[in-house]
Amino acid sequence: MGTLVDVRRGDGSLELDLSGEWRALALPSIDATLAGIDLTGIRSVAVSPQGLTALDLTGAWRLREFLHQLQATGISVRFVGTPPDQLRLIEATLADKPPMPKTSPAAGQEPESELAGHLDAGEELTLRGLADIGKGAVRLVRHLFQGIAFFGRVSMTAVRALGRPRRFRPISVARHVYDTGITAVPIVSLIAFLISVIIAYLSAQQLLGYGATIFVVDLVTIGVLRELGVLLTAIIVAGRSGSAFAAELGAMQLNEEVDALYATGVDPYEALVLPRVLGLVIALPLLTVIADIIGLMGGALLCRYLLDMPLTQFVNRVNESIAPTTFWVGILKAPVFALLIALAGCYRGMQVRGSSRALGRLTTVAVVQAIFLVILADALFAIVFMELDV
Amino acid sequence: MRYPVLEVHGLVNRFGSQTVHEGLDLEVYEDEVFGIVGASGSGKSVLLRSVLGLHRPQAGVIRLEGRDITRMPFKQLREVKAHYGVTFQGGALYSSLTVLQNVQLPMIEHVRMSAAERDSLAMLKIELVGLDATAARKMPSELSGGMVKRAALARALALDPRLLFLDEPTSGLDPISAAEFDELVLYLQKQLKLTVVMITHDLDTIFRTCNRVGVIVDRTMQVDTLEGIVRNPHPWIQAYFHGERSRARLEASHGA
Repeated sequence: MGTLVDVRRGDGSLELDLSGEWRALALPSIDATLAGIDLTGIRSVAVSPQGLTALDLTGAWRLREFLHQLQATGISVRFVGTPPDQLRLIEATLADKPPMPKTSPAAGQEPESELAGHLDAGEELTLRGLADIGKGAVRLVRHLFQGIAFFGRVSMTAVRALGRPRRFRPISVARHVYDTGITAVPIVSLIAFLISVIIAYLSAQQLLGYGATIFVVDLVTIGVLRELGVLLTAIIVAGRSGSAFAAELGAMQLNEEVDALYATGVDPYEALVLPRVLGLVIALPLLTVIADIIGLMGGALLCRYLLDMPLTQFVNRVNESIAPTTFWVGILKAPVFALLIALAGCYRGMQVRGSSRALGRLTTVAVVQAIFLVILADALFAIVFMELDV
Repeated sequence: MRYPVLEVHGLVNRFGSQTVHEGLDLEVYEDEVFGIVGASGSGKSVLLRSVLGLHRPQAGVIRLEGRDITRMPFKQLREVKAHYGVTFQGGALYSSLTVLQNVQLPMIEHVRMSAAERDSLAMLKIELVGLDATAARKMPSELSGGMVKRAALARALALDPRLLFLDEPTSGLDPISAAEFDELVLYLQKQLKLTVVMITHDLDTIFRTCNRVGVIVDRTMQVDTLEGIVRNPHPWIQAYFHGERSRARLEASHGA
């Protein structure tokens, strides 16, 4: 890239011969060149654009800015020959428009600051903070009510369908059992195995010091059966199926398929939501059983190779360590978790309106809330079972 | 006096502080093709959703074949919905079902019949809109834009409604496909004695198919015959029918 400006100095005056390519991509070097021109003691500037090989809008705009800047400091500017057409285009475009309004803080916030006259900034800030807390609380309560209303609507649909079993749409339920249950078996098995490895190693490390490694069996068995089997399965399913529910229903909303169902006289809650909820309520307990089995098998394997414990001893110890309720305490939670995951996913999916951005946001919300609800419910279960002494 | 299939009186729709409709009136008579026109955001879709019973208006009466649907319990509304067919703008085909299954779904919901009967009836509807057996087995995602519109029309006709709603039936189609679709709608309207209500922006479609036109301006509706509405002095209507795009069309239709 050659020079952009040839500067010739006279007595208190400058002649600027523009040359080369004044293009958007060369803006940094144009800036540098213009900034490098020494303007001390200059009263007039003559610009001759004839030497330019190219001048685009950005280049012309930069030249215009520079010349305005000169005029603002009292230097007179004139063109040798005709000014470039691009300059005229810019002038014409900007002529009937007022310059971009500088956003003054007062103008921007006028509607909100009715109080501004009476309060100083600190008080206003406090009030706004309070208002935000209030708005947040109202929104929270409203969300809670809407969530309960959704649950009520699904329950009513289920009750109505009780009279006519065909309304439960068995084919659709079966499809969801397959999608959420059977296809999840590999990943659920793998996670269950890994979690039993983690518990076994962790507890073996702690218990070796006391020579009480036999209790590794207790920890793995009770940990997997009571808590971790069902909890981790639920969390995986929340990630897999909660998001799938939200995304499927959300996409159907965007595609007006839900409206089309309404317009056909089909209740989407019956056709779309209920089969998903039922499917997951069936699938999750079955997955939990598989997770329990794999978890125990993992425990047995670890004890065999890590602690040199024969399989018979492991099985005997398992039988001693578990109470009759241990397995059922875990499995009982599965349908509740399934209900929470399916409801969170479907609820958020049905809320999608308008844009694919809402779809993404609500899918995320569905998964986060499903996992949160599962863990919250698990905590409540822990307290209840503690009180019931099971 | 012809019999009004659809009557809307004093319709009011508000969303928060924004009023979309304020006392909107509209009557659609048997055997006519009625076009609904309006600027983007003027509430055409809200009007359609209200009339379909998908949205409860704040005030007003909507009668479909004489029965007010705005205060109807869910169960009755379900019956009413079997009496009209509707195609949505994007087709709204159920994406997990084939075209054939899409057409069959309203049948499964409302009429008891054998699977064989359902297959042949659905195929009849699909042939009627100009699709073939290959298309019937395809999923909606495998169809072209024009085929989606036709499949949606076949589904709307599944229960042989007398009233058909079309939401922008020709949007997104090339001019030739759009013209073919217009002809299809006209043909079916004559053959099946349908009453058609369509929302459209397409001037060609309006001039080719509509008997009467309702324009949503200033939150109400101006209804007139096609010849009358063109002469309506309202500035938006003038701009719509006498803009650069419509002038050629107007001259052509008057010359013909």
